[in-house]
Amino acid sequence: MKHNENTLVKRITGARLFLPLVALALVLIVNIIKTPTFFNISIQNGVLYGYIIDIINRSSELVILAVGMTLVIATGGIDISVGAVSALAAAVCIRLLGSSYDAYANPMFLCILAGLVAGILCGSFNGFLVAKMRIQAMVATLILFTAGRGIAQLISAREIGGKMVSGQIIYVRMESFKAIGGFLPKVVVPTPVFIAAAVVVLAYLILNRTALGMYIQTVGINSRAGRLVGINSTFIIFLCYAISGMMAALAGIISSSRIYSSDANNIGLNMELDAILAVALGGNNMAGGKFSLAGSVIGALTIQALTTSLYAMGVTADQLPVYKAVVVVIIVSIQSEELKGWIRMVRQQISAGKEAA
Amino acid sequence: MNVLKWFKAKISGPDFLLFVTVVLFVVMYIIGLIVYSGQGFGKMQTFMNMLIDNAALIIAAAGMTVVIITGGIDISVGSVVGLVCMMLAFMMEKMGMSAWTSIALVLVFGVVFGFVQGWLIAYLKIQPFIVTLAGMFFCRGLTAMISVEQIAILSNQTFLNMAKKNIYMPFGAVVNKRGIKLYPFIHPNVVIALAALLVIWYVLKYTKFGRSVFALGGNEQSAMLMGLNVRRTKLKAYMLNGFLASLAGFVFCLNTTSGFVEQARGFEMEAIASTVIGGTLLTGGVGTAIGSFFGVMIKAIIETYIRSNGTLSSWWNKIVLSALLCFFIVLQRVFAIIRSKRLK
Amino acid sequence: MDKDTVLTMRSIDKVFPGVQALKDVDFTLKKGEIHALMGENGAGKSTLIKVLTGVYLKDGGEIRIEGEENPIVNHSPEEAQRNGISTVYQEVNLCPNISVAENIFIGRQPLLPWGAVNWKKMNRMAEKALAKVGLELSVTRALGEYSVAIQQMVAIARAVDVEAKVLILDEPTSSLDDNEVKKLFEVMRSLKADGVAIIFVTHFLEQVYEVCDTITVLRNGELVGAYEIEDLPRVKLVASMLGHEYDDLSEIKSAAAETGEVDETDLVLEAEGLGRSGTIKPFDLKIRKGEVVGLTGLLGSGRSELARLLFCADRPDHGDLQFKKSPLKAHAPIDSIKQGMAFLPEDRKEEGIIADLSVRENLMIALQARTGMFRLLPMAKQMELAKQFIDTLRIKTASTETLVKQLSGGNQQKVILGRWLITNPEFLILDEPTRGIDVGTKAEIQKLIVRLSEEENVTIMFISSEIEEMLRTVDRLCVLCDREKTGELKNSGIGQHDVMTAIAGGV
Repeated sequence: MKHNENTLVKRITGARLFLPLVALALVLIVNIIKTPTFFNISIQNGVLYGYIIDIINRSSELVILAVGMTLVIATGGIDISVGAVSALAAAVCIRLLGSSYDAYANPMFLCILAGLVAGILCGSFNGFLVAKMRIQAMVATLILFTAGRGIAQLISAREIGGKMVSGQIIYVRMESFKAIGGFLPKVVVPTPVFIAAAVVVLAYLILNRTALGMYIQTVGINSRAGRLVGINSTFIIFLCYAISGMMAALAGIISSSRIYSSDANNIGLNMELDAILAVALGGNNMAGGKFSLAGSVIGALTIQALTTSLYAMGVTADQLPVYKAVVVVIIVSIQSEELKGWIRMVRQQISAGKEAA
Repeated sequence: MNVLKWFKAKISGPDFLLFVTVVLFVVMYIIGLIVYSGQGFGKMQTFMNMLIDNAALIIAAAGMTVVIITGGIDISVGSVVGLVCMMLAFMMEKMGMSAWTSIALVLVFGVVFGFVQGWLIAYLKIQPFIVTLAGMFFCRGLTAMISVEQIAILSNQTFLNMAKKNIYMPFGAVVNKRGIKLYPFIHPNVVIALAALLVIWYVLKYTKFGRSVFALGGNEQSAMLMGLNVRRTKLKAYMLNGFLASLAGFVFCLNTTSGFVEQARGFEMEAIASTVIGGTLLTGGVGTAIGSFFGVMIKAIIETYIRSNGTLSSWWNKIVLSALLCFFIVLQRVFAIIRSKRLK
Repeated sequence: MDKDTVLTMRSIDKVFPGVQALKDVDFTLKKGEIHALMGENGAGKSTLIKVLTGVYLKDGGEIRIEGEENPIVNHSPEEAQRNGISTVYQEVNLCPNISVAENIFIGRQPLLPWGAVNWKKMNRMAEKALAKVGLELSVTRALGEYSVAIQQMVAIARAVDVEAKVLILDEPTSSLDDNEVKKLFEVMRSLKADGVAIIFVTHFLEQVYEVCDTITVLRNGELVGAYEIEDLPRVKLVASMLGHEYDDLSEIKSAAAETGEVDETDLVLEAEGLGRSGTIKPFDLKIRKGEVVGLTGLLGSGRSELARLLFCADRPDHGDLQFKKSPLKAHAPIDSIKQGMAFLPEDRKEEGIIADLSVRENLMIALQARTGMFRLLPMAKQMELAKQFIDTLRIKTASTETLVKQLSGGNQQKVILGRWLITNPEFLILDEPTRGIDVGTKAEIQKLIVRLSEEENVTIMFISSEIEEMLRTVDRLCVLCDREKTGELKNSGIGQHDVMTAIAGGV
């Protein structure tokens, strides 16, 4: 009997999503102890309302970013430009929308498309540097990490006294744009939740209904073997960065819709660490290879839950990174082969000591 | 014929990128003299201001050079600078500590912080960018924990005197409209920066530690087989960099005399860009502190251009710097390819 | 210890989990001799050297070196160096970015009184050290600016300069051209004249007979014997390396080794002057449909390199390749795969298995790559194929979804074999498919090769270090020696002796 229990426990604890789920549960439990009304959901002003809804709603951008980041990390890379690309894409979209009270300067659909294309271009730039020029991912994406917000500022230009002045915060006055980050008429669930869910489902389908998922993992695990079985790793890596760029753009557009404006300084701020953290929390190997989309999504939700609860405890937005940084370091330390080796050695010594005794 | 030979030798040599940087600096300076002479670009004081404004960056870039030569990277320096400024402001203004104690404490903090990062990188073998990315957010958050409000240093006279003191040069005087001779001046921060630069140059070139840094950046495996203690060398490099980052923070604070959360955001990027533009290879093993100094000065010239131009917004600073960084990274890559082909 | 003896190793044992890498090996090195250490893959050469240089700790036996009362134990390369044992590895283990002088002296630079590195003195010392190996070059330039040959010499200069009594050269000639090798030999001879004892590890028989005085042969972790060079003719050396008694030279039926013409009907592959500089010299090769062609030669003779060129795993830099009567212009393996080629690489871990993927995924990946990314093979078909090949190849796995890294070596190899069989290849290249796997699996793979060629008319190129195994399966053998295709043997009534003679250069 005991043997059976052991294997069951092992099977549960050994499952890929076990740790991410435990982390999420932990955060939620702490919350419910502190705030008994945590899980209450009500309808106010015709929309859903409550802590949980807030967490799911606010995590939308992060979930979207984490999808792209998961793929990039699976190839063995990293993309630290996602926050800046978000700001850039939002700026493109908003600039094209204009801030008239009567009509959009361009059709909304085209503006969003332009924002996404801007994101894809940024991602392609990263992908070109990493896949084709073989520059370290960190350094390659550092370029847009720095330049991205500057470019976003330049795009965020407005006519003031007959002259285009850049670095402005442009406000969109039309209601329909606000729906992207808010609510669709007569729908109780926030729109970003739908978008995030759609992205996740779409990504899941693409990764599992084509061979892309298998290819990405192969490239991340053993790219030399991948080449010999006929996989073009350059293209696969490039593609992942382009997708990451597009995801960043989508997240940026949602963020800008939430505040009806393009704030080049604040859209996507610190989101790169959150996205990396979500991937790490999701139990993915930071050195590339096997990945779990579901894990990253859970990771993203966990982070948002953590953020929301820390806010509730009176931690300001500026102080949050301290906790997140500590979590990152702990996770990557646990993953470290060196540490595992040391622990093995200590264990062996202990058991050897026992035997001797 | 000889010139050609010399040029060929230069191209294949490891200091070619440094050569490009120095030439670029001279050319940009001359262009500045021609185009912006009306805005006072040629004045000695303009040059001195470049040094004053970028003293902290000179120090940080020197530290970054050491880390990048080992084949690593440190993107936490900007937030360390921000944190150090806040610590100084808080200790002196809110706790009433003396300037010297505060400075000593922040420098110790820098070394300890460098030790932790270096230990994670060298002994746990975690990728440097993940460790220092976490370090970056850690320090940024810690700054906000000390105070979300801006703290200005107003009462500590020792510190303020150190910040404002003009050190006049014995040359390059200009006579102003009233006929008074004005000598160009610098602040003490420039002296600290140049001293730090010289020390790092010496350490890299003349100490066993410095040479080991180069060896392990060239080929870690070989360095180990040649009997060098790779881990300890790496750890020391990050500790040195942590110290320099906090020193840079102190020097930065001399310019701003205040601490606030957003201070020095993007500073790490400027340090990396200056280092790369200064001829340090991102793959490790090649680089000089002097080159990074020129990298900083090129960045300073770009800023001066944009300021002198008047119509360009300050965001161009970052965009142009990034473009230049991108150009140099690609250039490095192209050279690496050419060299490996040539050796075949 | 003998007066002339510098180093003795007695009854050295080394055990790795599951493998006895060295068993009771003796090794004696005399002053001023060049001693070749020979053996095929897995013979234990590199283990012996690593034990000697302190990379591994030995599990038994003792090492004595001249001038030390007690047996020595080296815990690190550094300690070995202090005991007078220096090593130059196959890949230059120096730093290309720092100067020649620094590479010789790093870690032990001469210092000025206040602790600074004394560059001037170091450069002078470096020049002297280089002069010892007959080299004159600018010591202040970065090492990476010089050719690999020069770098190799610098490595030797470094090794000699630490006052080595024993100098180990571990395949130093692999990347050198003929002139460079000559120069290296001059240096070796002059060092020998100075009384340095040299252990020389190489795959090139030619070179052994040119410079060495003594040969020690290892096989499967055991000592075969130590011989004076005059007492061990080439053929005998090859025989002892490959594990056969070779008592009487007159037994050779040299005529049996027909270098017969290839029947030129129904050719599936024709290579003309195909080659890649630095890896294999240009060769011609014609293969008929359904034929099994073996490549034989010692390790490092260019067997794998030849095969890799055909598959475009490495791109050839000259020559033409025709496959199925039309020129094959491949840029990457995928192009060859689309034409119906398949390639099982030698290095299973580095180039074969995709460790973290399941057995099913590892089986399907090549077919998937050929089908294209957007046309995912339906799961039902994947399962069906996977199960079918797990059955026919008798792969021992818990399920189709077990991670391939959890399988034993032999089963991993079968998975990779299955991966290619699923693609229904017309031309299958197998590079050491039987190395490191159990006897039962070996026999299965051999049978499979014969069956594929006879029943399904698949053309197969088979590479193995075991001649016996090849003779049992192939129609024809191509012989390679020192990175050159030196001849062909028809497999009709030839024995192992004939093959060994050919390998030793006697075709």
